[in-house]
This record gives sequence, C-alpha cells and structure tokens, in this order.
Amino acid sequence: MISENCIIQAKNVVKIYKNGVKALKGVSLNVMQGEVVVIIGPSGSGKSTFLRTLNHLETINGGNIIIDGIELTDSKTNINKIREEVGMVFQQFNLFPHLTALENITIAPRIVRKMDKKSADELALKLLERVGLGDRGGSYPSQLSGGQQQRVAIARALAMKPKIMLFDEPTSALDPEMIGEVLDVMKTLAKDGMTMVVVTHEMGFAREVSDRVVFMDEGNIVEMGKAEDIFNNPRNERLKQFLGQIL
Amino acid sequence: MNKNNLFKNFIWNAVFVSIVGLLIFFVYYSTKKVDYIWRWERIPSYIISNEKIDIRAPFEGVLHFEGKTIVIKSTDGSKTEKISDYKESLLSDNTDVYEGDIVAYDYKYKIGPLTWGLWNTLYISFVAILIAIVIGIITGLSRISSNIVLRKLSVTYIELIRGTPLLVQIFIFYFFIGTVFQLDRITSGIAALAIFAGAYIAEIVRAGIQSIPKGQMEAARSLGMNYFQAMRYIILPQALKRTLPPMAGQFISLIKDSSLVSVISITDLTKAGREIVSSTFSPFEVWFVVAIMYLLLTFGLSFLVQLLERRLAASD
Repeated sequence: MISENCIIQAKNVVKIYKNGVKALKGVSLNVMQGEVVVIIGPSGSGKSTFLRTLNHLETINGGNIIIDGIELTDSKTNINKIREEVGMVFQQFNLFPHLTALENITIAPRIVRKMDKKSADELALKLLERVGLGDRGGSYPSQLSGGQQQRVAIARALAMKPKIMLFDEPTSALDPEMIGEVLDVMKTLAKDGMTMVVVTHEMGFAREVSDRVVFMDEGNIVEMGKAEDIFNNPRNERLKQFLGQIL
Repeated sequence: MNKNNLFKNFIWNAVFVSIVGLLIFFVYYSTKKVDYIWRWERIPSYIISNEKIDIRAPFEGVLHFEGKTIVIKSTDGSKTEKISDYKESLLSDNTDVYEGDIVAYDYKYKIGPLTWGLWNTLYISFVAILIAIVIGIITGLSRISSNIVLRKLSVTYIELIRGTPLLVQIFIFYFFIGTVFQLDRITSGIAALAIFAGAYIAEIVRAGIQSIPKGQMEAARSLGMNYFQAMRYIILPQALKRTLPPMAGQFISLIKDSSLVSVISITDLTKAGREIVSSTFSPFEVWFVVAIMYLLLTFGLSFLVQLLERRLAASD
C-alpha cells in the first residue's frame, strides 16, 4: 500500500503518557496527497494526540511515522524541517498576542525561511485576503473575534507553504455563528487540493468535504471509510452509539 | 452626591496634609531639642561649586592688552602668550610680569563630591542592572531547561546567592575573587551587585516564561521555528512584558543595595555622604540630601519602566 502519493504513513503508533495512560495503542493511517481525512471520536479517544504526533508535538513510544518520505522518529531527522512542511491549526488559535495579525503571519517566513520583509508582507496580505481579512492586518489578536483569530491562524500556517495541514478541533472554541466562516476557509483549502487531516466535531464538514472519515475510540482506529458509509451504515457498535449521541 | 464626594475628598486630603505637616514639625521640634544648628548653606557647594582659578604667567616678560586679550611678550622677544579665557584681571597695560605671577582669574564650575557620588551610584547600578538582566535571562532559561546540568547549576547559583547576605558577597568578591583575578574595586562591586540581582531576576524570568500558555511554544514550533527562535521571538517578548513590574522592583532594590559597595571604599553616594558628614558635622542635612538623591534615581527608574509598560500595552 506504500505508493509515492502517500504523503503520511503512520504505522502502529503508540503513545504512553508519563502518568502511564496509553493514549494511542497502535494507530496506522495512510494519507494520500490531496486527500482530506476527518478524524472523529469521543473525547479521550486519542484523536488529538494522534494528530499532534504527526508533527512531533508529541513524541511516540512505538511504531513509526513517515511524512513526505522522511522518517519522523529517525534521530537524524531535522524535525524543524518537517514542521515547515506541516501546518497546524489549534483549537485555542494560539496566535502570538504581542504581534499584529500581519506580523503573526510574516514572522515564521522571515525567521525560518529568511524571507525579506517586503515579500513576507506581500505574502501575508495575499493570505489575509484569502481568508477574508484583507483589512485587518494591523489589528492585534485581542482586537479580533474568535472566528477572525482562527482565520489568521490558518493564514499563518499557510504562509510556510505547507504540503499538509493539520486541524486540531479548529471550531470547538468558537461561538456558533463564527464556525461557518472558518469552515468556509477550510472548504476552499480542500478544493484547492491541500492535504488535510482534521479532528473535528463538525459532521456537516466531514460529510461535505472529506474523502475519508476515521473513527477513533480508546486509542484505536475503530472504523474508517467514506463519509456516507460511516454516517449511514456504521458497522461498529461504539460508532453507532457515538453517532446516535451527536447527530 | 457628587458635591458630597468632593467634600469628603477634601477632608481626607486635609487629614493627609496635616499628618505630614505634624511629622515635619516633629522633626523640627526634635532638632530644636538637641540644639541642632541647621547649616543648609553648606550643602550646595558639595553638589556644585563655583571656584576661582588662578591664571599665571608662563615666563618673564611684558603684559599688554589687545582689546580683551592679554598678550605676554617674553623679555628676549622670542615667545608670546595670548590669554583670552579669563573673567577678570587686576593688572594694567604694559606691566612687567615674572614667571608664575598671577595675571588673571577665571571662574569655573566644579562638580562637588555629592554629584560625583550620585554619578558613581548611577553608573554602578546601571552597569550592574544590564549585566544582571543578561545573567537573569540565561539562568532563568537554564532553570527550566531539560538539561540536568544547566538546571542544577542554575538552582545552585540561585540558592547560594539568595541564601547569603549581599554584604558578605561583596566582601568575598572584593577580598577573594577580586584578589585572585586582580579586579579593581569598582569591577568587584559591580560584579557582586550584578550576580546578586541576577539570581532574583532569574526567578522573575522563570515565572514569566512559565506564565505563557504552552500553546504559544507549540504554535511557534509547529511553524518550524527551533527552540531558541521560539524563545527569542515568541516567548521572551511576552514573558518580559509580564515581568516588567517585578523587574522594576528588583532594579530599585539594586540601586538601593548599591549603597553597600561603599564598604569596599567605592565613593558612591553613601560614601560621599559619610565623608562630607565627617568634615562638616552636618549629618542631618547631608543624609536628607543623600536620601533625596536616591529617591530621584528610583523615581526616575519607576517612571521609565511605566513609560515602557504603556508602550508595550499596545497589543492588550
């Protein structure tokens, strides 16, 4: 099943926290170039943990992960180089509060990619327009709504021109009326062919955009398939129960 | 309602003013009781004085006036000297002068010992603060480092420094480390103060860094920044902004603690005060002035930090 289009290959990933909790019990997932994978599951199922292992925010205790042909767990791998290729959007936005929206976007290209200020500013403005915030470049995060902050966070991740975008419950901390604007940005990204792994509770998004839905429970992938199969014909008991609770 | 509040404010302000007035009266009354003679007129000359300077003839010759300029021609005609920088001359045109004769007087402002002391205190504190900030940031970062050696070294340093009196540290620095490394007293004093304050700043920096949410570091790292870039551009700017108020307190402490370096014969403000007291026998005036000078320094610093805080508040 290893092909050159396979941009993420995770095999038997195990994660044990310091307090002994086994968060991932051997998770395997391959993601193709341009694919949109949505991970769903109850809280504590390990879906966020798994997402965070993909750019090494969590170290793993077993198995291996290959991103774009590079082994993550190899001690010779420069982890910063891989992170440049993997953008991440967080539930709590994690914008840098001491920088303006524009500076939030330009700082990584300028420091990591050594881009000059002028081209970084141009790039940031283009990205801000893409997420519908062309006029808010000078605002500080504290002056933006949650939805606007999350869109800036997406633009910030895109500024590194990543090959993969990871979304860790990007709409969970938002007021209901702001969820739509963030999902719209994510939908456009998916249409443009970005490889995306999204942990979310937005079943509408999963149905509409995803190529594949992954259901995780207690540190394992329990069921995986096309959205309509997962939602309309769930086979696993736990998945049926989960869908019954949220739909 | 509003009028009532104004009246209340007025009353309480009046109470405040009368208490302060009472204290001042008490000081005045107690000095009367011990027959203290106030000699405030002696103090200004220790801050700045206007001194008369003699200007002497460099060689034997004849003195002329060319307008305001004094011209001295040597007797054999080989040398001439022009003097124009003077305030008054008692001599008239065509006077014979000998080498070393006073031909004119000039007045110059001379900085008094109190001002020198103030300058020394300012200089020592300023340099010590700068070094202490560097030490504090490095130690604070080491304190939360994952490297055991760095962490234990920084904890040892912090505990040693915080657990011993500054006065003892200054003596150790001057008599032991200063002797071994041939440091002069100013360098020893500055080093002792910087290392002392550095330990406290390290703890302030550590607390500041730990108060920044973990997500900030994760976001920075997920963008491809390495640990040091994330610290330098994301975490430290936010942490240092939060630590400004306790830092200001630490800096003020350092200015005041710098008075202890007078024990190793550095002529700072305190030592200057002590010297003047022993020559004038006016301890009250001198120590009041010294206290006011320290207040000027610490108020100035507080003011600067407040300005900085206001400037950094733009993103709040």
